[in-house]
Amino acid sequence: MKVAYWPGCVSRGFTPELHGSMQAVAPLLDLELIEIDRGSCCGAGVIAEHNQELADTLNARTFALAAETPGELMMNICSTCQGAQSECQERLDASAEYRAEINTTLEAEGLAYEKGLVTNKNFLWLLVEEIGLENLTKKVKRPLTGLKVGPFYGCYIVRPTDRLGINDENPRDTYMEKVIEALGGEVIDYAGVHKCCGFPIITMNKKASLQMAGTHLADATDADADCLVVPCPLCHLNLDLQQPMAAGEIGRDLSMPVLHLPQLVGLALGLEPKELGLQRHVIKPTSVIDWTTAVVGSADGASSGW
Amino acid sequence: MPDYTLRLRRYDPESGEAPHYEDFQVELDGHRSVLEAILQVRGDQDGSIGVRCSCRAAICGSCGVRTNGKAGLACHTHLEDAAKRSKDGENVIVVEPMGNMPVIKDLIVDMEEVHWKKIRRVTPWLVAKEPVPEREYIVPHEAMVDITQTMACIQCGACVSDCLTMEMDPLFVGPAALAKAYRFVGDPRDAEQEQRLSDLAEDPHGMYDCTHCFQCIEACPKGVAPMSQIMRLRRRAGSDFHIDDRNNGHRHEMAFVKNIRKNGLLHEADLLPDSYGGKFHPRAVPELLSSLPVVLRALKTGKVTVKKALLHEHKASPEIKRIFDTVENREVRIEYNLYISGNEDDLADDPSDVGGEAPAATATVTETVVVEEQIVETETEAVVVEETVIEETVVEETPAPVAEAETDVDAPADSEPTEGDNQ
Repeated sequence: MKVAYWPGCVSRGFTPELHGSMQAVAPLLDLELIEIDRGSCCGAGVIAEHNQELADTLNARTFALAAETPGELMMNICSTCQGAQSECQERLDASAEYRAEINTTLEAEGLAYEKGLVTNKNFLWLLVEEIGLENLTKKVKRPLTGLKVGPFYGCYIVRPTDRLGINDENPRDTYMEKVIEALGGEVIDYAGVHKCCGFPIITMNKKASLQMAGTHLADATDADADCLVVPCPLCHLNLDLQQPMAAGEIGRDLSMPVLHLPQLVGLALGLEPKELGLQRHVIKPTSVIDWTTAVVGSADGASSGW
Repeated sequence: MPDYTLRLRRYDPESGEAPHYEDFQVELDGHRSVLEAILQVRGDQDGSIGVRCSCRAAICGSCGVRTNGKAGLACHTHLEDAAKRSKDGENVIVVEPMGNMPVIKDLIVDMEEVHWKKIRRVTPWLVAKEPVPEREYIVPHEAMVDITQTMACIQCGACVSDCLTMEMDPLFVGPAALAKAYRFVGDPRDAEQEQRLSDLAEDPHGMYDCTHCFQCIEACPKGVAPMSQIMRLRRRAGSDFHIDDRNNGHRHEMAFVKNIRKNGLLHEADLLPDSYGGKFHPRAVPELLSSLPVVLRALKTGKVTVKKALLHEHKASPEIKRIFDTVENREVRIEYNLYISGNEDDLADDPSDVGGEAPAATATVTETVVVEEQIVETETEAVVVEETVIEETVVEETPAPVAEAETDVDAPADSEPTEGDNQ
């Protein structure tokens, strides 16, 4: 399947292992990634807060560029991109008059956004709705047997439910649990699954921001999770990069590995931790590596390549 | 008829018992409301259940509770919808008091202690411009349409209950109060818009403390979208009044916008210092020093290289810069408000939409509201005018009102009157 691939900014900036692991996993899922290389930042809600029309125009441009690729749909790997882009698309699709206004600005570049021009799905949604869980299970080479994984969605991919198309038919706010199970892992339920990582207020209210991250990490620890998995690199920044600070803020030792979704999929599909950039994490995913070594050791005797 | 298990969180401070959960069985159609189920249980099984309610039609805002983890009005939540969110088994509905507020008894929370204090914090009345005109204020339609969304608030507290910032920072002014603040900031008759904005921007627990989690949008039974109102406050404070707050709120926004204009994609290494006013700004130095361990960790793990941090490989195309210039140089910001203008498909599909354009209908309604407010506000100063009077009743051992008498009480009143036969 060919997809117009939107990696976002952070996956190529402070969490390069996310973009890298997605590229490593794609061929194993028969996904051909056609990168939307001229696209711009989705605005992460901040540009919309500054000027709504500006955010809508920038994203309409990205959608128009995606439509120019031979991809069947557009795929992102960031909850924040999904949420911010869905918000813009909802407005763009609502009014022909408003679209015409936006298209006047895009015209000079020969681009235009038409209603429903692209379907934009996060990798998580694509896994369940396009690839399918049964199909995914068939591709598993190293089932995540015994690995206890806590899902952490990120706000932008679970709320508001109507804008994001979360309903009985597509219960997208339960997909992470389904994917973890399809890969053979054990789902850990804890209080923070659908809560906020705190990243958006890190420069404005560091204390509250780090308390959010720390609390969810501690809750997952208490629920006996081996690791968390996130479909959002911004959540990863607060939960992994800032974890030592978050631990200080809540006054408790924390050592909870946080995996990007493509990394978890990659492990189950047989890739080695190093190919997935797990060494780039601040919190060493020792529990996950130990588990990989144990499984690989018993399965085919190969080394984990660590 | 399906059988539901109502799992109520019970707490009575006078009993000396710890809070606990108690199961009750109810037999009701799935389309009946959670409130009907609670009242049935109270009437038939346990008259000591404490619940606050009045209109049972999603108008008075009294019966805010959490059902299976989500805040909302009990009278506006169908049993079958609540049951879908169950984590405790089929047809189990856990009903708890709202969050972020102290519990008085069972499902009744102390709204005064948190919600009303915060509402009063934002000066919830119109500060008249001097000199007061002899007759009515004349205001443009568009300006009043802009604030209709915040006027739809019925003060139920569902957004306050589920606010994730308030969970960590109880001092946060919060979604309901900030939405209320926009009701006056957006009103052209108000004399102190800049002071209101400056106050809420400078408050460390004010408008820049919101973490964009969308919980309030999801919880609100009236479509007020408090978070969208908070973003409007920020837009007004930053772009219209250039308020340079001490919380780095506006600086962060401008640093982000500048960063994307320049690079097309976000260059994080520049964003942090710029959010504090630039690398050499006195405010930036301690912040950057405290962030040093984080930066070092990023370098150590190979997440970031020195070269990558200093030189951003992406540069924005001229097209991006042109879009920024075109849009930012407009004299008036263009905003498309879905609450007011709606989705054209829905408008076309809805047969109940008499005679056409919804925006016009909304405008008509707004005008009525304005007139009413003027009358009230000129007669009695400093009164919160749009609040519904709420009856508070901590019911104990009183027989419940007979539920059968109601027909379809859980059907909410539409947030907008339908009589708008335009113009």
